[in-house]
Amino acid sequence: MAQSGTQVKQPEGGAERPEFKASMSTRYGLDRAFTVLVTVAALVGIVVLVVLVVDVIRDGSTMLSPKFLTSFPSQIFPENGGVYPALIGSVWLLGLTALISVPLGLGAAVYLEEYATDTRINRMIEINISNLAGVPSVIYGLLGLGIFVQLLAPVTGGTSVLAGALTLSLLILPVIIVATREALRAIPGSIREGGFALGATRWEVIRSHLLPMALPGALTGIILALSRAIGEAAPLLVVGVSLYQTYATTGPFDGYMALPTQIYDWISRPQQVFQDSAAAGIVVIMAVLLLANSVAIVLRNRFEKRA
Amino acid sequence: MAVEAGRTRSGPDVWKRNSRTREARERVIKFLLTACAYLSIFTTVGIVVVLFEETVRFFLDVSIVEFLTSTRWAPQQGSFGVLPLVYGTLMATLIAINVALPVGLLTAIYLSEYAPRSLRRWLKPALEILAGVPTVVYGYFALTFITPFFRDSLLPGIGSFNALAAGLIMGVMIIPTVASVSEDAIYAVPLSLREGAYALGATKRETATKIVIPAALSGIVAAVILGVSRAIGETMIVTIAMGSQPNFGGTPLESMQAMTAYIVQVVGGETPRGSITFESIFAVGSALFIMTLILNLASYWFVRRFREIY
Repeated sequence: MAQSGTQVKQPEGGAERPEFKASMSTRYGLDRAFTVLVTVAALVGIVVLVVLVVDVIRDGSTMLSPKFLTSFPSQIFPENGGVYPALIGSVWLLGLTALISVPLGLGAAVYLEEYATDTRINRMIEINISNLAGVPSVIYGLLGLGIFVQLLAPVTGGTSVLAGALTLSLLILPVIIVATREALRAIPGSIREGGFALGATRWEVIRSHLLPMALPGALTGIILALSRAIGEAAPLLVVGVSLYQTYATTGPFDGYMALPTQIYDWISRPQQVFQDSAAAGIVVIMAVLLLANSVAIVLRNRFEKRA
Repeated sequence: MAVEAGRTRSGPDVWKRNSRTREARERVIKFLLTACAYLSIFTTVGIVVVLFEETVRFFLDVSIVEFLTSTRWAPQQGSFGVLPLVYGTLMATLIAINVALPVGLLTAIYLSEYAPRSLRRWLKPALEILAGVPTVVYGYFALTFITPFFRDSLLPGIGSFNALAAGLIMGVMIIPTVASVSEDAIYAVPLSLREGAYALGATKRETATKIVIPAALSGIVAAVILGVSRAIGETMIVTIAMGSQPNFGGTPLESMQAMTAYIVQVVGGETPRGSITFESIFAVGSALFIMTLILNLASYWFVRRFREIY
């Protein structure tokens, strides 16, 4: 369709050719305008990001203090409240999600790149993974509710931080798999052949050469995926994250709070002090994410330079 | 000498035994890795089973025709017509894509055709940060910054919750998706096509808009479909900034409820499990899943198409 569309247009351009010379200044003018347009467009996102950051820092400045990080949220004295249990909950979620999703993601990626042959089932797995990457996060929440919270309640303890982490793991697995596969694909075949020629088995080649070489690229994807997991609120709300609890999570079967859902809870309360708390909470979560993203970017830039 | 001979004789024996354990280890490892890959199939099966099991139970009580055609969604009064929720979702999506398509596409053109190499290396990560901003943060921004901004300037009649602010910010959220997928497609257009255009006297803009974009069209279509799918599935922005009033036929300045926002509203409330209202979130979830599934498969198909050409 696209091809035939351009072919139809070409004769039209030919018909206009008499004006070709006369309109040079218009054409250059349009070119300059277009250059400005694309540059402005590229900056729109950045400008919104900057305005957003300035806005939340301004809104959150009244609540932001070291005490905000170490206090429990309070209904009675909201101005003394903090994000402590939510922060601890998010750290638990992050740790458990990494423990579950990274080995599974690396394993699946290694299988698909190094073992899988071009059979129907493997092609199905591939389409399936790219499709899973596009499933809305709230649907993963419903999956987690049905499987981890209800069906596997004897194992996970129902609405536990483990159930939350399992749900987030399934959510970010496709991202980890795709990133790791790309990193593996970038390794030249001669490395593998060299290993085989020396008598190494497939797994020995993978463990000693391919995984270490793919790690920087895979790590970038893993960090981006985990930072997405930290920011997710919708699936956690569905699998029963606590919006208020009086203790910090101490084990995988405990109840848990999380930063994004704590922020959501504050936003949905009308009083100004809760709105300010939400803004302060946003500053905390954005700081964590910016840090994670910077690490990922540095890793990748170093990796790209070497490659 | 004798010792050495003995060593060479025992060599193959040791090697053989070792090889057997190696082979066994290889098999076990391959099995484990295969299991990791098959987990994705189980995930999909799990989603389908969980959603459809509860949905079937829901449709035992509510007629599927009412669900798909009624324009009244009032679970407390037993009215389950999904169209108002779909309307809310599509309204926000429409506004979002009107932001994300032009901005994302122009950004992609800038990145691949105009940006100096050094700037490009900073702009792409910046876009990734934009994609990594949690959606609750966008929701907060839409509710406490964009909506008041409109009320104080252009649109005094705008509601505290409205589709316009939610849709605009959702558009910003999906700019990186549209930009990065279209950039991949634009990048894949062979240099010879651009050189041909320049040789015929085309300017840079003419080359970009009349040669490169048509050649990358299927990838750009894929990017837009993917962006639409993201917008439909997005939850927190519409929950926070668009409100929780089902509103069929409302204007963008009014509050309305999206499908995802309804799910969050029910799980956050006191609705008892097993009640028909609770089952309704799975029916809405199924509708959402089917909509995004179709869009994702369409996008996958378009991406493969442009990869095959070059």
